[in-house]
Order: sequence, then structure tokens, then C-alpha cells
Amino acid sequence: MLMINLILILLIGGLLAMLSQRYGSHVPRMVALAVVLLDLVYLLLALSGMPELTGLQAPVPGDPQTWLMHYRAEWIPAFGISFEFALDGISLLMVLLTLVLGVVAVSSSWTDVNIKQGFFEANLLWTLAGVLGVFMALDLFLFFLFWEVMLIPMYFLIAIWGHEQRAYAAMKFFIFTQASGLLMLVSVLTLATIHQSNTGIWSFSYFDLLNTQMAAQTAYWLMLGFFVAFVVKLPGFPFHTWLPDAHTQAPTAGSVVLAGVLLKTGAYGLIRFAVPLFPEASMEFAPIALWLGAAGVVYGAVLAFAQTDFKRLVAYSSVSHMGFVLLGVYAWNQLALQGAVMQMVAHGFSTAALFMIAGSLQERLHTRDMCEMGGLWHNMPRMGAVAMFFIVASLGLPGLGNFVAEFLVLLGLFQVDPWLTMIAALGLITGAAYSLLLMQRSFQGEPNISRQLNDFGTREMLTMALMMVALIGLGLYPQPVLDMAQPVLNGLLQFSATVVGGQL
Amino acid sequence: MNLSQMQALMPLLILSLTAVVLMIQASIKRDQATAWVITAIGLVLTIWGAIYARDFSQTVTILLTVDSWGLFFSSLMALAALVTLLLSRESFADEGQRKEEYYLLLVLSLLGALVLIQSSHMVSLLLGMELMGVALYVMIAFPEKGELPVEAAIKYLVLSACASVILLYGFALLYAATGELSYAGLGAKAGAAYAQNPLLILAGTGMVISGIGFKLSLVPFHMWTPDVYQGAPTPVTGYLATVSKGAVFVALTRMYLDGQLYQYPSLINALVVIAIASMLIGNLLALQQNNIKRLLAYSSIAHLGYLLVVLIALTGKGLASDAVTYYLTAYVLTSLAAFAVIARVSGEDATQCQISAYEGLFWRDKVQAICLTVALLSLAGIPLTAGFIGKFYVITVGVQSSLWALLAAVVVGSAIAIYYYLRIIFAMSKVPADAVEHQAYPGRVLALFLTLLVFALGSWPEPFINYATGL
Repeated sequence: MLMINLILILLIGGLLAMLSQRYGSHVPRMVALAVVLLDLVYLLLALSGMPELTGLQAPVPGDPQTWLMHYRAEWIPAFGISFEFALDGISLLMVLLTLVLGVVAVSSSWTDVNIKQGFFEANLLWTLAGVLGVFMALDLFLFFLFWEVMLIPMYFLIAIWGHEQRAYAAMKFFIFTQASGLLMLVSVLTLATIHQSNTGIWSFSYFDLLNTQMAAQTAYWLMLGFFVAFVVKLPGFPFHTWLPDAHTQAPTAGSVVLAGVLLKTGAYGLIRFAVPLFPEASMEFAPIALWLGAAGVVYGAVLAFAQTDFKRLVAYSSVSHMGFVLLGVYAWNQLALQGAVMQMVAHGFSTAALFMIAGSLQERLHTRDMCEMGGLWHNMPRMGAVAMFFIVASLGLPGLGNFVAEFLVLLGLFQVDPWLTMIAALGLITGAAYSLLLMQRSFQGEPNISRQLNDFGTREMLTMALMMVALIGLGLYPQPVLDMAQPVLNGLLQFSATVVGGQL
Repeated sequence: MNLSQMQALMPLLILSLTAVVLMIQASIKRDQATAWVITAIGLVLTIWGAIYARDFSQTVTILLTVDSWGLFFSSLMALAALVTLLLSRESFADEGQRKEEYYLLLVLSLLGALVLIQSSHMVSLLLGMELMGVALYVMIAFPEKGELPVEAAIKYLVLSACASVILLYGFALLYAATGELSYAGLGAKAGAAYAQNPLLILAGTGMVISGIGFKLSLVPFHMWTPDVYQGAPTPVTGYLATVSKGAVFVALTRMYLDGQLYQYPSLINALVVIAIASMLIGNLLALQQNNIKRLLAYSSIAHLGYLLVVLIALTGKGLASDAVTYYLTAYVLTSLAAFAVIARVSGEDATQCQISAYEGLFWRDKVQAICLTVALLSLAGIPLTAGFIGKFYVITVGVQSSLWALLAAVVVGSAIAIYYYLRIIFAMSKVPADAVEHQAYPGRVLALFLTLLVFALGSWPEPFINYATGL
């Protein structure tokens, strides 16, 4: 029930936030903050009572009893569809990330939403609810439902509160995800149909559909359906084109949630569904996926270098960073997978912070064009220092979370394909180039003395401090995160090894 | 004809009686309010009659088959007519006093639709289709002012007449080949006749499909659809989209199954081409529309294309026949919800049918905007709405029958469709620059009721799935 409550709190909280508008335009954001915090506290309290958490057992992918939590209730028995939720180390990490970044997102929308605040916070909370559903649903039908439904509030966030080109960006975002989602739907239904013709029972449960016997050719096509849907969301090269538009045009809180959380649903989907459901096909496909990942790392970095729009640059840097996740997943060994999971968490914080800085700049300067910035450190020293921190975090400075993640991915990848590792490592160099360029163009250089700008206030500094602590923690002592993911990854690796008989 | 047969025909009898009462009432005192009430009572009784008749399912003469499947659709269509009736009252409010005929026409047209739904013979098929169609021509042309309704009616009349002629010719050819006019007889003898003279059967079924394809506005027989949708008064457009198309599709399904039309590969191939063309062309042309009624016309072409996928997979009772039931129900309810909002927001004013007229609807009338949004998302097939479960059925059926080309068209078509549905939703969510004036449109309860049905059918489909399986 805990898992359903987590989602329900956000759904009902969204409704409350919308209704609370009548008591003043500043009330919804407080309601929203309270709701997300309540959700977070609720989860933490529930976790503290769980003895399993200390000695996390290795969940066997096919056996729900070994997972941290499992809940199942009938929904559409005619097709074997149920409300099936389950939680293991990776989903738990993602859920925590979602809720923490949810707090950040609410905080970042504190002052820059001028119209319909109630509906804004409601959409924000509903998006978070959808994302939580994606991370916890283990019935493929239910998973698809959350996957699609979370698009609608996100669409409204971009379409109503976005910047100049919001119509175009919102539409592109929705069509890309929806069209690729349809491919996944066809795959899900085909998989369930095959399972039904094998066993005579309709089921959409992950635990039933693992190990479904089918022809290699079929498995390959089905795997591609999942892969495309997840890689569009990730986003991986060459399906990334929606991302710069959506991220640039979205309001700050929207960008924070998009970059921090929504992209991770794609990575999560790859680890949870695409590979375990079709281990053999994935093994066959891995070289292509790895090349796409490496291409994304380099291509995203090169494009980021060419941007003059602050948010667009950060958006392209996401393409580059998420390329590492793709590499980590398809290298499919302990180190690389750990790196991928680490990258999901670290990138969530660093990019969310950068988008928040971009939003603050836009709110103060009314532009995102870096040609009109320069010397901002002089006007806003606190923001400058904070920006410096997150920019070096994003370029992978040792001691911060992103470095650990990228290093682990490269280390794992080296065992699989040294040449590709060299190409991917280029991403670290280009990453440094565009990140420092971002810093120089906006915060360093000739200051405009006449400019009167408000520096970061307490609320912003507190939010930033939260993410700084997280990144330093991840960088200096990553062990807790690794420990949480390790048993799950071990289980997955063992599972795929028994099916395929070796590494991917 | 014995008593039990009369009981089986209860919905038809009630409707006929309603028509007679309406005519008598008109001859005593012409009063539109009374006529409206009589029609409403007649329609409610028809729904009851369709439920009552379930216990007497049987073949009534060679012409009609009364079964629970047909009776379910009879009550659904009667419900759709009832919604049309509720919408019509407002829409024709400023049309002067002479509008009782409209209610009579509505009842007669529904009578035709119910005959069509229960037909098991080509004669009853034609009879039902013509009764439904002829009444509909007049309903389309009913508004006294403006040229669009008349243009639409004449366009529909002329083309519809052509389609009927082609249909009749097809029947004649099939009769020449088999000597049978009932579906079952056709199914029994067509196989042997096909072996003897394949051309006659193929030409005959081809012409029948063309004639029916016209009524269903499948590509390439779709040319009339946007103009008629646009020109007809909005409630009538809703009626055309739901009752007319739904009833014809039910009749087609019956003929396809009982006539065993699935055994002719060349016919299937033709259907595949028609389905793919309908999905792609319907969705592509919808992209360019700025008038919401024209847009829904093209979207309906695509939706009938999706339904055709299920028909192609149909060989008997099973998942595919459940899929027809579910999809058609979902489509009828969703369309009704959409037209219930459009009839209120656009009214009969042609300029108000532009998508631009819907800008900021969310801030003017939340309820209507939410209803239209849910309806559009259901048409687009987004989860939690009835349309999604419909799409779920279509894809599952397609997968089971390995219809990969058709599935590819479903995916591409749906991806295109998202764009034009979102355009309307985007327009509605636009925040107006100046102060918002709240503008409550009437008819919220009806729209809300239909929307709730669409939502319930999509988020808790189990009861209806079981019900449909039991039909």
C-alpha cells in the first residue's frame, strides 16, 4: 500500500494545490511544497522500519518475494492486468531522487510563475506522481499507463507556462514520446500475446513475462520497440531532437523535472525492461546500442559547444551525459551498470541545479542569450559561485558525483570495448570545453557595472546547498548508492547470464 | 408472427409507435415542446425495450435477427439519439416554431438504424439503411437559414443515392451467383458459387463493400464527409458520426461473419488497402483543418480505418468480436462527448467552429474544456480513457492475427493524430492576454455525464469487457 499511497498523496495534493489558488496566488506553492515533503517524509519513515534495508538481499528478477516491497491487486482480470507495484534498490533510488528533485522543482517555481499558480503546481505534482508510477509499476500495462499519462501534465507545463516557442516545443515533446510509446505498446501487447499462446493465461506482470519463450527474430523486434521508446526518452542519439526544444522552452520547474527525473525513466526502462525481458536480443543488439551511446556522448558535446542559449547548452550537455548511461547499460557488467545508475542520480542533481540557475538568470535578465550576459559574477557573486560548483560538477571534476559515475562507466566499458571507451572518454574533454565556455560567457568577462541584479536569496541558497551536499556526498562517499544498486544489478546480471550464458 | 416474436421486436415497435404518436400530435396541435417530450419518452422506452427484448432473442422472419449483441447496440444507438435530442433543443432554439418534424425524423432515422443493426438479410439491410438515410438528409438540411446545411444535405443525398445503387447492384450480382439474399444463405452457398464463377462473387462483394464503405466514409469513398460534417447542424453531425456509422458497421460485421466473407483473400486484400488508406489519409488530411467539425470528420475516417483492422481479423466469436463491441462503444460515447461540447461552445455559428474560437476555453468554462480534452485524448488513445482500451483491443487483435502492415499503419496514423488533437487542447489552454470573462455554456451536465462514461470505461473496463464477452 505504501507505494500506492506515495502516488495518491501527490495526486490528491495536486488537486488541493489547484483548489488552494482561491486563498491567494502564493498559497499553491506552499501546499505543493508541503505535499512533496510529506511524501518524502512518509517514504523515509516507512523505510526506517524496514530491516531488509540494512542488509539488502539480492532481489531475483523473476521472484517478487525477494524484492523490498511488492503489492498486487486485480484490475482487469480478463486480460491478467493488475495493479502490481514493486520496489527494489534501483527503483527506491529513483523514487528518492524524484521526491528530492520534486522539492527542488517546487522551490524553483517559487517566484517565476505569474499566472494560474494553482494549476501549475497541480501539473507539477501530477507529473511527479506519474514518474513515481513509472518507477514502481511492474505490470507492463500499468507501466505503459504511467508512461503515457505523465506526459499530459508535463505537456501543460510546457504549453501554458513555457517561453516564446512553447507550442512547438510542447507538441514535439508529446509527439516524440507518444509515437515511440506506441511502438512499445505494440511490443508489450505482442509479448503478452505470445505469453498467452504459450501458457494459455493472459498476464502483463513483469514476473510472468520474464523468460517468455519466443523466436529470436521476434524477440529482436520486440526489444527494438522497447529500446526506441526508452532511448527517445533518455534521449539517445539520434532520437534526441525533441530535448533541446522541450528543455529550453519549459518553465524552470518543468526543466528541472524533465532533466532531473523524466530522462531517468528512459534509463530505468532500459535496465528494468528492455534488457531483462530480451537478454539474447539485447546481447545481439548491444554493439549498435554502444555505438549510439558513444555517438550521443560526442555529438551532444559538440552541439553543446555551439550554443549561445544558456538553457540549450545545458540541454545538449544532457544528451552527452545520458550517452554515458546508454553505454553503461549496454556494457552490462557490474562496474558499468553501477556507473549508469550513479550517472542517473548525479546528473539529476547537477542538471537540475544548472536549469535552476538558468531560470534565475532568465527571471532577472529576461534573456537566456549568453551574448548578453558576461561578468555576472560581479553582479551576483553567490550565484556565480554556485554556478561554478555545478558547472565543474557537470564536467566531471573528481570528488563530485558525476566523476564517479563517468569513471565507472568508462572502467566497465573498457572491459567490453577499449576503442569505444577511448571515443567516449573524448566526451570528458569536450565536456570540459563547453562547460567552461558556459562559465566564461555568462559569469566571467567584462562586468556590466550598471546592472542591478538580485543575488540568490535564502530559499535559492538552501535549495542549491541541498544539491551541493548531495553531489559532494556522491563524489566522496558513493558507497551507499552503490550498495543500494549492487544487489539488484547482481540479480540482473545473474539472471541474464543464466539465460544467455555469459556477458552481453 | 407470435407473441414472443413481437416481444423480441419491442424496441422497433416502441419506436414506430412513437412516430405514429408524434404524427397524431402534430395533426391535433403543433407544439414543439410536447413533441420533444413525446420523443424523449419514446427513446427512453426504446432503451428499456432493448433490454426487455434480451430474453426473447431469436430470428424473427428471415429478415431480422434479434440477439443480445444487436440489442446492446440498439440501446447504445437509442442513447446516442437521446443525446442528440437533448442537444437539438438548444441548437434549434432560434429556428422559429416549426420544428416538430425534426423529432419525427430523428425517430424514423433511429428506427432505420435499429433495423439495420438487426438485419440478417440484404432486403432489411437496404430498408434500414434507406430509412435511416432519407430521414437524415432532411435533418441535415433542417436549419432554415444559411446555405451550408442545404449544400451538405444535397451532397449527402446525391452521393448516398449513388452508393445505394452500387450496393443494390452488388446484391443483384450476389443473387445471380448464389440465388440467396440472406447472409446465412450467402455464407452457405457462396463458397461453391465462388469455385464456379469467382468474378461474380468478387464483383458483387466488392460493390457491396463500396456501397457500405461510402456510408462509413472509408477512403476512397470519403469525399463527402468533411462537407457534410461541417454543414450539418452540430447535433445532427454528432448523430451522423455515431448512430449512422455505428449502425452500418454493426450491419457490415454481421454480413461479414454470417456471409463468411472472410474466406475470400482478394476481398481481404481490398479491405487491407482501404483500411491503411483510411488511417493514413484520414489522419493526414485532418492535420490541415482549422474547423473543428471538419477535423473530427477526418478523424472519424481514421477511426473507421482502425475498426476495419478488427473486421479483417474477424472470423467468428472471440477477441475480435469483443474488440468490435468495445471499440464501437468507446467511439460512440467519445464522439457524443465531443459533440456535446461542440454543440454548446460553437452552437450553430459557422465562425465559432474554428479552432481559434476555442482559445482560452479552459479559463472561460473549465467543465466544458475538461470534457472536450478528455474526449480528444480518448480519440487519440491516451490511457485511462475508453479510446485507449479500444486501441489496446485493435493492436492485440492485430498482433494475434499477425497483421503487421495494418499495425504499422495504426501506429503511424495514431502518431500523426496526436498533433491535431493536441492543437485543439493547446488552443483551449492558451491564457488570454486580457482579463478572463467567465462564460458558462449550458449543457454541462450532459457533457460531464458522457465524459465520466468515457473515463470510467477506460479506467475500470473490467465490467464492460465481461459484459461484451457475454453478448
